[in-house]
This record gives sequence, C-alpha cells and structure tokens, in this order.
Amino acid sequence: MADVPARLEGIRAEAEAAIANAGTAAELEELRVLYTGRRAELTQTLRSIGELAPDQRGPVGKAANVVKQALEAKLAKRSEALEGYELERGLAEDTVDVTLPGDPPRPAGHLHLVTQTRREMEDIFVGLGFKVVEGPEVEFDYYNFTALNHPPDHPARMLQDTFYLSEEVLLRTHTSPMQVRSMEAQEPPIYIVVPGRVYRRDSDATHTPMFHQLEGLAIDEDITLADLRGVLLSFARAMFGPEREVRLRSGYFPFTEPSVEVDVSCFACEARGYLADGSRCGLCKGTAWIEILGAGMVDPNVLGFVTDSGYDPERVQGFAFGMGIDRIAMLKHGVPDLRLMFENDIRFLEQFGS
Amino acid sequence: MRVPLSWLRSYCDPGLSTGELAELITGAGLEVARIDRVGVGDPAGFVVGRVLDAGKHPDADRLSVCSVDDGSAEPRTIVCGAPNVAAGQTVAVARPGAVMPDGTKLGEAELRGVRSSGMILAEDELGIGEDHAGIMVLPGELAPGTPLAEHLPIVDEVLELEVNPNRPDALGVYGVARDVHALTGAPLAEDPTAGDIEPEGGAIEDVSVEIVDPEICLRFTARVFEGVQMGESPPWLKQRLMAAGQRPISNVVDITNYVMLATAQPLHAFDLDKVRGGRIVVRRAKPGETMVTLDDAERAFDPETALVCDAEGPSGIAGIMGGQVSEVSEGTTRVLMEAATWVGSNILRTSKRLPLRTEASGRFEKQLHPEQAIGAQRLAARLMVELCGARMAGGTIDEYPRPSAARHVTLRPVRMAGLLGEEIPGDETAGILDRLGFEVESEVSADSLLMGRHHDVALEEWTYEVPAWRDSDVQREADLIEEVARVHGLDRLPTTLPARREAVGGLTGHAGLRRRLEDALRDRGLSEALSYSFIAPTALDRLRLGDSDPALAIANPLSTDQSVMRPLLLPGLLDAARHNAAHDRADLALFESAHVYRPSAVPPPMSGAGPQTSPRGTRPSDEHHHLGALMVGTIEGGWRSLPVRTDFFAVRAVLESVLAAAGVEWRAEPALRPYLHPGRTAAILASDREIGWLGELHPLVARDWELGERPAAAFELDVDVLAVLAEEAEAGFRDLTSFPAVLQDIAVVVPDGVPASRVQEVVFQGGGELLRAAGVFDLFHGEQLGEGHKSLALRLEFRAPDRTLTDDEVAGHRSAIEAALVQIGGKLRA
Ligand SMILES: [Zn+2]
Repeated sequence: MADVPARLEGIRAEAEAAIANAGTAAELEELRVLYTGRRAELTQTLRSIGELAPDQRGPVGKAANVVKQALEAKLAKRSEALEGYELERGLAEDTVDVTLPGDPPRPAGHLHLVTQTRREMEDIFVGLGFKVVEGPEVEFDYYNFTALNHPPDHPARMLQDTFYLSEEVLLRTHTSPMQVRSMEAQEPPIYIVVPGRVYRRDSDATHTPMFHQLEGLAIDEDITLADLRGVLLSFARAMFGPEREVRLRSGYFPFTEPSVEVDVSCFACEARGYLADGSRCGLCKGTAWIEILGAGMVDPNVLGFVTDSGYDPERVQGFAFGMGIDRIAMLKHGVPDLRLMFENDIRFLEQFGS
Repeated sequence: MRVPLSWLRSYCDPGLSTGELAELITGAGLEVARIDRVGVGDPAGFVVGRVLDAGKHPDADRLSVCSVDDGSAEPRTIVCGAPNVAAGQTVAVARPGAVMPDGTKLGEAELRGVRSSGMILAEDELGIGEDHAGIMVLPGELAPGTPLAEHLPIVDEVLELEVNPNRPDALGVYGVARDVHALTGAPLAEDPTAGDIEPEGGAIEDVSVEIVDPEICLRFTARVFEGVQMGESPPWLKQRLMAAGQRPISNVVDITNYVMLATAQPLHAFDLDKVRGGRIVVRRAKPGETMVTLDDAERAFDPETALVCDAEGPSGIAGIMGGQVSEVSEGTTRVLMEAATWVGSNILRTSKRLPLRTEASGRFEKQLHPEQAIGAQRLAARLMVELCGARMAGGTIDEYPRPSAARHVTLRPVRMAGLLGEEIPGDETAGILDRLGFEVESEVSADSLLMGRHHDVALEEWTYEVPAWRDSDVQREADLIEEVARVHGLDRLPTTLPARREAVGGLTGHAGLRRRLEDALRDRGLSEALSYSFIAPTALDRLRLGDSDPALAIANPLSTDQSVMRPLLLPGLLDAARHNAAHDRADLALFESAHVYRPSAVPPPMSGAGPQTSPRGTRPSDEHHHLGALMVGTIEGGWRSLPVRTDFFAVRAVLESVLAAAGVEWRAEPALRPYLHPGRTAAILASDREIGWLGELHPLVARDWELGERPAAAFELDVDVLAVLAEEAEAGFRDLTSFPAVLQDIAVVVPDGVPASRVQEVVFQGGGELLRAAGVFDLFHGEQLGEGHKSLALRLEFRAPDRTLTDDEVAGHRSAIEAALVQIGGKLRA
C-alpha cells in the first residue's frame, strides 16, 4: 500500500474542490458524509491503519488526520459562507413596498396661540428678573378697584364695564388686583409679572367679554420712570425684534402717577408707515407706531394701602404695567378678529407653531 | 370731545400743521383718536355774491331765476328754489366746479329750460348749520367776489380727542388751548370767561334759590335775562357747534352749549315764566316723584337723585337733563340761567342708574370746581346780551354753602428727578407750571438756601397754588410731577434698567408643572382650546348636574348664555366639539387648562365689611386651576392598522402620561358622575385625595351636544391639588442600580366584580415593603376559571435597597400574597 499517501492527497483535492462548489447547506452535508462520514474512504483509511506495516502506520495516520482536519475546516468555513449567502438571499426576497406610507403617526397637537404668546412673554420677563405669579379671577372689589385708587363712584370705574357677582365681588377687569395682593404678601423689593384671564362687559370684533393680560410690578428704593422705559424697550425688542423702539405718551390710570401709554415702533413696515409697495401699512395705520400697553409709576395712594407691609411711599417707589396678551398675539400673527381666539375651531387652533 | 381746529386756533395757534399738533397733544395725554374734516370739500369756488335781480321762473312757480354778482365780469344766472331769495341780498355762492361737503362737484344744470350756473347756498349746504328752509343771508357790507372762507369757516378740521377722566378741563376748547400753550409757548388768548357785563348785586327780584342738600350741590349760581329775543344763532356760532358735534337749536340753547364746549362748564336755561313761584329748590328726589325730561321721556327717581325743583315740583335732573316743564321755546322772553357745581359721584350714580348720559353729566361726573360755574355765567351773560338782545335783570344769585379754599401742593425737584430718572432744569419746570396756570405760592430755592449758606439742593421745594380747573386732578406732589413730565416730554426720558437687587426671576412651581402637563397633552396629539369662563345655566342642566350644587352667578351678564361661572371645564370642551363636528371635524382631541369656580364653602371673612377694608389675601370664591381633556371619535388608522376608538382606555392612556409627567403616584376607583357613563367612570385619587375624574360621556350628554354615536371620553384634573402633591413627591436619589430587582409574573383569579385596583392593593399588602411594583398586563376570561371569574396577570417587582434578593425570600412574599388574596375571594392561578 505504498500509494496510500498519494491517494489521500487525491481525496483531499477532490473533496476541497467539491466543498468549494457546494451551493447549498444540503449539498455541503452530503459532501460532509461523503468525505468525512463513517463510510468515507478517509475514515476507512484511519480505521484500518492497524492493518498496515508498522513502519507505515505513523506516516499514514498522520497524513490522514491532516487531511481530515483540513476537510473539516473547509466544511465549516463553507458552511458559514453558505449561511451568510442564504440569509442575504432570504432577505433579498423579503421585500416590502417602501413607497407605501408608514403607520399613521400621532402628530403632536398645538398649544393655543394665547398660551404660546403668554409663555414667550413670561420667559422674557423671567429673563429680566421678574417672578411669574397668578391670582384669582373672581376678585374682591377692594383689590380690583378700591386699593388701586378707584374709590366708589370714581369716574374711572366707568372706563371698565364690570361684571359683578355681588356688591363686593366681581370678575377682575384687569390683572392689576395682584399688585396689592402681592404687596400684602411680600415686603419690598418686589419684581413680578401676572398673566391671566380678565373680564369686561363688552363684545365686538376687538373686544370679547374675556381676554388675557399680563401685569408687571417692580417696587424698590430707587426705581424710576426711565427704568420702566428700559424694561419695556427690552421686552419690545425680545418680542418684536431687535430694531424696535418704544415711545411713551402721557396717559391716565388711577393707580399710576405719572401714567404713560406705550407704543412700539411698527414691525410690519419697519416704522415707515407704508409698505414696500408704497401702500399704507395696515398694522400701524400709517402712523409707524402701535399701542401695546399702559404703564406708570405706582401711585402713592396705592402704596398707602400696603404701608403696613413695608411700602412707605416716601421710602419705596416703582412702576407697573399691563398689556393684552391676546392683542400682542393678534399683532404678531395678523389675526384679524379677537373672537377667533375663543371659537375653538380646530382649523384655527392647528395653525400656529406648536 | 370734538375740538374744531379753527376754534382752537382762535385761542392758541402755534403755527403747526394739524398732524404735528395732533401728535404733540397726543404725547401730552390728550389723545387724538381721529382727525375729521368738516365743511366743503375745497374752499375754492365759494364766494360772496349779491342778488341783483330775482324773478319768477317762467315754467315753475317755486323756482326763482336770479341774476347774481359774484365778482365776475358778468353777473351769473342762478336758478334758486329757496322761498326767501330776494334782490339786494348778500349771499353765499358756489360757482360751477365747487366741491360740496359730500364731495360732489357742482356742475351747470338746466332747470326747466333755464340754464343755472352755480348755486345760492343754504347753511346745510356749507356744513355750518342744519337749516335748509332757505338760503343763508350774509351781512350786507361784504363785497361780492370775496372768498367765502374769509368770512365763514366753511372748511374746518376737527380733532376728535379721547379725554381721560382726570382731565375735565380738556372737555372745553379753551382747556385744550391751554395745553397747546403749555406745550409750545405760543400765546394764549385771554380766558373767554374773563370779561363780564356789570351785574347788580347778589339778588334778583322775585327769584330765589335754595340748596336744601349741600351734599349734592356745591354751588348754584343763577342770573336772569329779560327781553330775550328767541331766534337763530349767527353762522359763526352754528359752525362751531356743528363742527363740535352739537345741533344748533335756538340762540339761548346754543349759548348754553357753546359755553359748555368752550369752558367745560355745563349750563341750563330755564324759561323763567315756567319756573313756578320763581323759586329754585335743590334737593334729593322724594319717593314716587317723576318728571318728563327734554328728550320726552318720563323719568322716575330714586331718593339719591339730585333735582332742581321749583315751587311745585321737579324742573330738571341736576347736572344731567332739564325738564320739559321749564323748557325755553319760541315764546320765551325771560330766561333764568343756571350754572351750578354738582357732586360728581352723585351725578355718575344717577346717570348710570337712569341710565342717561349727556354731555353735561359726562362733565359733572368728573367733578368740576365751583369757580368754573361763575366763569361760565360771565361768558353766557355776554352772549345773551350780544346774541339775544337780552338785558340782565338784577344781580347774580350765588348759593355757595362751603366755599372751597385754593389747593396748595409742594414740589421737591430732587423727588421729581428721583421718580423720573432725569433732572428737569428748574426754569423749565417753572415755565411749564406757569403756562398751565399754576402759581408759585412760596419757594425755597437753591439760591435762597445758598444765601443762608446751606447749599443743599435736596432741601429745595416749591409750593404751587392749583388752578380751579385742575383741582380734581392735581392734589399731590406726584400729580405735579406728572404735569411737568408730560409737558417736558415723557418720550425724552433716558432709558435705563432697574438695579434689581434681590430680584430673581422664575416661574412658580405651579406654572412650571402646568407647562409640563400641557406639553404632555400636546405631545399626545391634543390641541389646546380656550373657552369662556362663563356658561349658560342650562349647560349645567344638560350635564345633568341638578340644583344641588349651585354655580356662581353673574349679577349683570351680557346674556343668559354667559351668566354663570363654570364649575368644570367639560362644557367648554363639549361646545368646542360640537362646533367642530358642525364643520366636519367630528374626530378630535382637545384640552383646556384654566380656572373653574364654585361658591366659597366658607363665606369670606370680610363679607359685609364694605369695600374699604382689605380682605387680607382671602379669596371670594373657591377657584381652582383645572386641566381637562376630551377626545371624540376615532384616532385614525392606516393601511395596516385599525383606527383606535377614543373610549375609556384610550383616554386613560393619555391621562396616565399626564400624571407620569406630574410624577405623582395615583390610582383610579370606580365612581359616578351624572355626566358620565355610570359603568365607565373613575375617580382619580392620589395620596387619598381626589384629584379628578375620568370617564366616557353619558350617552344623553353626548346626544345633547350633538356628538352622535361616536365614542367620547374625557378627564379633568385639579392642578392646584396636583401641584401640591407633585411638590411633595419631588424625588430625592434612590439607589436602583446597585442591586438587581427580581421580577415575577403571577395570575390572580378573582370574581368579576373585584376591580383591578383592589387586587393590586391586596397584592401590595401581602408583598410587603420589598414589593415595589405590581402592574396589570393581562386580563383573561375563560371557562376553566369558573362562572363569574376573571384572571388578572400582574408583573411583580421586588427590590431591596441593600442586597440582592434570594429566591427563597421572594417565595415567602409570594405565599403571603396568596394568603392575602383570600379576603377578596381570589387565588393564584397555577
Ligand atoms: Zn406699520
């Protein structure tokens, strides 16, 4: 049997070629049985080594084992490769129409335009050092009027047509009652803004019986009207753009003295009063200015109502302001009719941002 | 207040354009809301003419054919329909091409065969009167061809002012002129009330005035005019009235209106022959008294009403409107002129109550000063003599029970600079106050201090006497500072920021939480609605709430539909759903974040104490911030997923994510709400406090809001309570990573009626402290469980903070759970 090693090499060459050509896991299994199975020539050779001459046993056994290990390695490698091919082939067949729509998303809803605007305003004032506080809407006449220097039968009470629940209880006509409530609760200095719903007995395209205001109050030892101007300028620029200017006009509120009306330069026409096409600017009505709020230095009479809480009008002073949140939202987004804000038409609610 | 510019300029003319003037006074507090143009379109084409000849039209009885000299080379022929046209008259002529007040251009016309080249004008055609009965006849000395505008203000502009309630002085043209003077320094004409005819003493024969109640009347002055020739006012006066928005009536009535418009002080003219007994008695109304006012309405009074009465009864409502009984008319020859000062708050109350607001009441309610009454008498007397040919009989009756002293106010320049943030020079301050009519009473100036070797600006102070017409507004230093600042120019102040010591900005915890919850809902696909806080009482009936729980009612609602304060958010969301369903958006998901209101359980302590006392921070109602959501219909499916019905569990899922955002532990318990499906309603509890409800709408409620057969479920949470719990729950660190949890699934068989929450409760009892979670993940019904039983699968999470739990330890708890389940008739399923 001198030709045994040569025969082994022949098996090895034949088997390796067959393994390399195996196209499926089944074919490969057949080859495994054929070349390394119990009845395979190689196996038989290893089994019958004892029948060889003693001097041949070593070399033949060794050679047969080398071939066997080599074939097993080839088989394993080919098997691995075939699995990969088959997976890829299976995946390639497992296709979907990627042009179909995805599962319906749950689109996010929308915060109301008033809420979006209110948060934006709150955040600006937080940045300016003001604390955001809130108060009741069903309010005592005392906080809404009396302590704000509107004595009973004062003509200024005619400025605001009021909903009453009883003689002493009303729906607040402005967010200003929180001025006195807050000062009763906290000694100076105080820096607050108060957003919330307010009510007036009025209804047309620019007036609804309910709307929203944001009140501001700052009391300290040395706050000036010029400081008020600075705070409102900062607000106007944050809200309406860095190019904005503010203008102060003399106004009247019973709870501030001096009182001012504040205009912001028009952002629709860049304060020119007319638009690019030469037509009159509809937002500022050609005046270049838009009225946005009322303000003033807190009237000493108001501080007189909270002197016990540390607000001696000879020692502390400060400013207050109030503005319409809905109005600012309408201005910024071009909403023509305030009533749209409270109709809750989903087509309106879904229009604005998030 | 309508201020005709020609009139204003006759008092003070700074030589500014109308726009500049408007901007200037607006900045100083007299807001010009509108600039109105009155009169003809263009003064060109309007001239003085003389009628040379007026003959009958050959074919029309009522028309005259006139030859008119209008200064042109040839007289022009004008056909005129006025009955009073006659040769020799000086008239106002519009030439062809003239632009009339309504903007039309006058053309040549053929009238019944006669060519008419122009028009002879009546007053109304010039916008200076209402008279159209005949042409206007001008004084004879005017030369034909003179532009008409040189003689009459046939074109004028009117500043429509929105005068603030603190400025009753600006409800008179001269008051506005004074501000223009202060702002510009342009000369101010003499006060129109300065001159007087010579009155004779303080009495009038057969006339008496008595103020019974000085609480309602501060001053009552009366003058009497005899030989009054009633008639029309001259064109210049009519023009001023018309432009200011007052209809000319008769010379006497026009004088009262004119004086009011010039000075802000209303007057009233009585026909003295109709003042019974020649007696004026000022008193409050008696029970049951009534009177017919000039506007032909019978008025009943309450006992607060101030009346001007004669010997027999009411003759006018003080400060508001006169009575027909003493109205001046064509036959009037003797006039009693009243100029009084009423108590503003009384006039305001009466005018609100009647309700009857007039030009007079609008001025009196702002509290005029008694000095203004006598000034108005002086101007009126001059005009009565001049325009009505009257003579004054006797003197001036002046009932002035408590003459008011002049008011003095001290201004400290240092204080002013400290308040404004700018130093206004002393001479500018002095000039402004002087032009406004404030007089320096005493002065501690820096100079005088210097002479005393105390050069200390901080001690400088000036004391001013406040002019009568500003008395109601300027009473304190702050008021004087405002006067200086508004004239100096508020817009000239510097721009600075507060020092902001100790000022730390931020949201309250409540507001921060609310933002998280609102965002959670937004992210789950709900949109935010904003509904009115007031609803119809019937909405509560339709929610089947009954009368047991009364809502807060508004005493003076705009309509019954908005007359009670909502005790929950649901009705607003339902209204919104109905609105959108009507617009083809029946499927929707909305939320609202707002207050709800209930009557206070405990009446506020100040109740009855009067509006002058502080309620010391208490609240008049039980008001809470709620978060409510309503989902209706289906959440759309796609080509491979089914639509999701917005039933109880769909909405509960949303509620769960909201409460997860709040970070509080909570549970649901079966509950009942009249507006919800009785088998599908849960109360939401946290720390044993009820924080809200969740449920499907009761079908009757859904039907009532026209939501059809669609599934609809809602929830509502009390954010105020939630905020407290969220703050308490604010998490500190707990070690959840060092030692693993042991997870075990169990299946519990219980009778159908036992709610899952009860099962969980019992499982926790048995599980002891180490059991951290027991979530339900499956529900199963089947024959093998036995009739009326269900199986709930729970995933138990056991965890110890300091060790890894052993299986034995957990097994012990498991048997304890099994034992505990017996109390609810439950057992573990193998
Ligand atoms: Zn503009």
